[in-house]
Amino acid sequence: MTIIMVMLVLFFGGIVAWLAQAWNEDWPRYVSIGTCAIAGLLLLPLFINTPEVTLSLAGTPSTWIEVVQYEWIPRFGISFLFALDGLSLIMVSLTVFLGFVAVISSWDEVPQRSGFFQFNLLWTLAGVVGVFTSLDLFLFFFFWEVMLIPMYLLIAIWGHENKAYASMKFFLFTQISGLLMLISILALVLTHQQQSGEITFNYFELLGHNLPLELAYWLMWGFFIAFVVKLPGFPFHPWLPDAHTQAPTAASVLLAGILLKTGAYGLIRFTVPLFPEAGLEIANFAMTLGAVSIIYGALMAFSQSDFKRLVAYSSVSHMGFVLVGIYAWNEIALQGAVMQMVAHGFSTAALFMTAGALQHRLHTRDMRQMGGLWHDMPRMGAIALFFIVASLGMPGLGNFVGEFLVLLGAFKVNVIVTVMAALGLITGAIYSLIAMQQVFLGERKPNRDLKDFGGREIAAMVPMMIGLIWLGVYPQTLLDIVDPVLSSLHAFTTNNPDLWIGSTP
Amino acid sequence: MNSTELLLLAPIITLSGVILIIMMTIAFARNLALTCGAAAVGLLLTLCSIVWVNVNMEAGFATPLMIIDTYGLMFSALIVSGAFFICLIAYSYSVQHGEKQDEFYLLLLLATLGGMTLAYSAHFAMFILGLELLGVSLYAMISYPVRGLFSLESALKYLILSGVSSAIILFGIALLYAALGTMAFVELASTVVAIDSQPENGSDHLFILVGIGMMIAGIGFKLSLVPFHMWTPDVYEGAPAPVTAFLATISKGAIFAVLMRFFMTVDAYQYATIIDGLFWIALASILFGNLLALMQSSIKRMLAYSSIAQLGYLMVAFIAASAAGGKQLAIEASAFFLVAYFITTIGAFGVVTIMSPGNDEHDNDALENYEGLFWSRPLLAGFFSAMMLSLAGIPLTAGFIGKFYIIAAGVEGELWILLLAVVIGSGIGLFYYLRVIYTMTKQSISTEITVPLTGGWAMAAVTLSLLVLGVYPTPVIEWVSQMALSIL
Repeated sequence: MTIIMVMLVLFFGGIVAWLAQAWNEDWPRYVSIGTCAIAGLLLLPLFINTPEVTLSLAGTPSTWIEVVQYEWIPRFGISFLFALDGLSLIMVSLTVFLGFVAVISSWDEVPQRSGFFQFNLLWTLAGVVGVFTSLDLFLFFFFWEVMLIPMYLLIAIWGHENKAYASMKFFLFTQISGLLMLISILALVLTHQQQSGEITFNYFELLGHNLPLELAYWLMWGFFIAFVVKLPGFPFHPWLPDAHTQAPTAASVLLAGILLKTGAYGLIRFTVPLFPEAGLEIANFAMTLGAVSIIYGALMAFSQSDFKRLVAYSSVSHMGFVLVGIYAWNEIALQGAVMQMVAHGFSTAALFMTAGALQHRLHTRDMRQMGGLWHDMPRMGAIALFFIVASLGMPGLGNFVGEFLVLLGAFKVNVIVTVMAALGLITGAIYSLIAMQQVFLGERKPNRDLKDFGGREIAAMVPMMIGLIWLGVYPQTLLDIVDPVLSSLHAFTTNNPDLWIGSTP
Repeated sequence: MNSTELLLLAPIITLSGVILIIMMTIAFARNLALTCGAAAVGLLLTLCSIVWVNVNMEAGFATPLMIIDTYGLMFSALIVSGAFFICLIAYSYSVQHGEKQDEFYLLLLLATLGGMTLAYSAHFAMFILGLELLGVSLYAMISYPVRGLFSLESALKYLILSGVSSAIILFGIALLYAALGTMAFVELASTVVAIDSQPENGSDHLFILVGIGMMIAGIGFKLSLVPFHMWTPDVYEGAPAPVTAFLATISKGAIFAVLMRFFMTVDAYQYATIIDGLFWIALASILFGNLLALMQSSIKRMLAYSSIAQLGYLMVAFIAASAAGGKQLAIEASAFFLVAYFITTIGAFGVVTIMSPGNDEHDNDALENYEGLFWSRPLLAGFFSAMMLSLAGIPLTAGFIGKFYIIAAGVEGELWILLLAVVIGSGIGLFYYLRVIYTMTKQSISTEITVPLTGGWAMAAVTLSLLVLGVYPTPVIEWVSQMALSIL
């Protein structure tokens, strides 16, 4: 029930925030903070004790912490099937936490219609929580689309100068690829119906269903494209720099921090387990896409003068590691991918928050007009340095562990791709340090009176710093939670001895 | 005719009675509120009688001309409910558009009666009767507001083109009659089988094909499918907004009902030529409709092209019924899609109606007049956004389940090219649907609009049903699957 409670809290919190505006323009953000806090508190018990749920993928031990099912549309065998395992739990917690950060980062940024702003923010969170927990394919698609609308409105109403274009592009890319996925879902379900006589959208029943290889191959593309657009992988990324750059800070934080992760989550949870053989066929292709994303993202980041755009392209680069890790599909690489998802969520959210703070103070995102800001805002400079160093993969911080595990796992599968991906560590260092130098170091420009990070911003940043250090120094905490899930998924897809195990090019 | 048949005809008799009563009251006392109220109550009574017949009576023929089964009852319920909401939304509009508006409701009820008879018709005679009752009432409704030449022009356009298309349908029927010697759908079915089993009847076979083809051309005009769509934007733009809503929903839904019944009963799906033709019509409707909607700056014209595209989606489900074993899902999909389409279209034109209070020659449908509506009239803008999202097929709205159904039917029928067109069309569609929402969120002061009481509540009810259907569609899905069973 916790999952549903969390979603309801976010949904109703959004409505209350909207209504609260009628009394006082300040109230909505307090309502938002409160809502995120309640949702976070609801999640806590799940980390401590693990309720027994006897539901497992064929032949593997159960990993589910909580499963809820209610009938919804019996005509199509559609139900409200929510399930939570370690992987979902980590992603949901990240969502709620970054929701917190997003509210704080936009504290003073929304002068008008703050109620509707917080409403959209909380509904985005609710939609994402739904994506991370629903295991009925229809329900999953439902949330997949639901989370788009509030995000679209966030960009379209409160975005920057080119918001109409950016928000439309964002919506179009996700929606069209989503429809391809819907066709795949329906074809999968109807084929399953023809073979078993039962129509169902239940993940557990569709899993392990023997499709003709050629059909599976086509259906897999529908899922793959939808998720890689969201990830985003190299040829499907053009929406991302625009959307991230034009979005208000809070929306950028959510987009980079969690919406991108829904793509990676979908690949791990749905694409590969539903179509393991077809997944094997394209594993090398997908890993190559990942490696290309890493290098392309880094090159593009290097050539930006807009700070937010730079961070956006660095996301393409970092999510490339996730794609490589997922399609290497061994336990180490998968652990690395999840680690990278969480670490990137922290570091990019923090960088976008910094970018937003800079824009709020300087009214520009152009790095050529910055420089020497460390003297004006030492606290912000130090914090930015920390996260820039984290995102370039400094050992001892979470991002390094993620990237290292991915490379380690991928090396066993495809050496060339691994070498290409490893280049990303070097290019990452180049663009990150250049950004740091241009923005914070160098000559101090005269006549600037800038406000340094205050207690509120620091309160949002410090937990993320602690998180990254923790992940970097003792990653086992996270791995203990997600590893049972990953190994069960891995074991499930490798039940067929021809598949995956030691798969070499 | 026996008493059972009379009872079966209760919905039609009820509505006809209401029409007579209203005609009498208008003759004695002109009172717009009374007329509109009586029409609305009459439509509700008709709805009750439809439900009563569906629950208490066995399906059966009422005269050889009409068959009263769940299929027909469900469609007539849809038509009557649609007319009910249009009636409420039209009230404030007709108050503001001059005196002597009472007969408008009479025409509206007559057109609804025509739509209902179409839903029940099982014979070409009834088909033509319903078609003309609907059409002739619509000519008058389109030109009803005496506000310059604009409405008259579109009424004339509709009159001429609709007349021609009716003539084409009649020609098709004549050809079918020449080949088969009967005009009742059920008898047609058996003679078609007899003729097709004898290869020497080549010319009869050709007659059948050409006859059905001409019928599709005429019906394609009424449904405004490409390439028979030319009239749509002009007429939509010129007609008063409530009438446009009627034209876009009830007139199309009723004609689609009879088309589907004809194809199911006679099994016209067996002709590959016909299916090929329908394939191109659907493809062209989806692509052209969406592409042309992209270029409109008038909301009514945009909705006109978007309705062409929406009917294209509907045709995907219609064609999917040609696949073996795909009929049940295809009928369900078409019916559900139509329900969603009715709600959405009536809602969208309802907002245009409320936005057009004055007695101007044109309705207030320029996109730029909707700027900032979100901040001046948040609820109205919210209704309109919900309608746009539903047309775009976004979850939480009925349109999403409708599109889901269409794609499901398409996958079942393995119509991959059409599905691709649906995906591309939806992508293009997002542009212009979202543009409306985006325009409404702009920061500017729009002209003050007062939302009338009846129209406002009717819109709230329409939006609510849109959301309920999007979140909990199970009851309606059960109805449409019963309905599909009744005609298979």
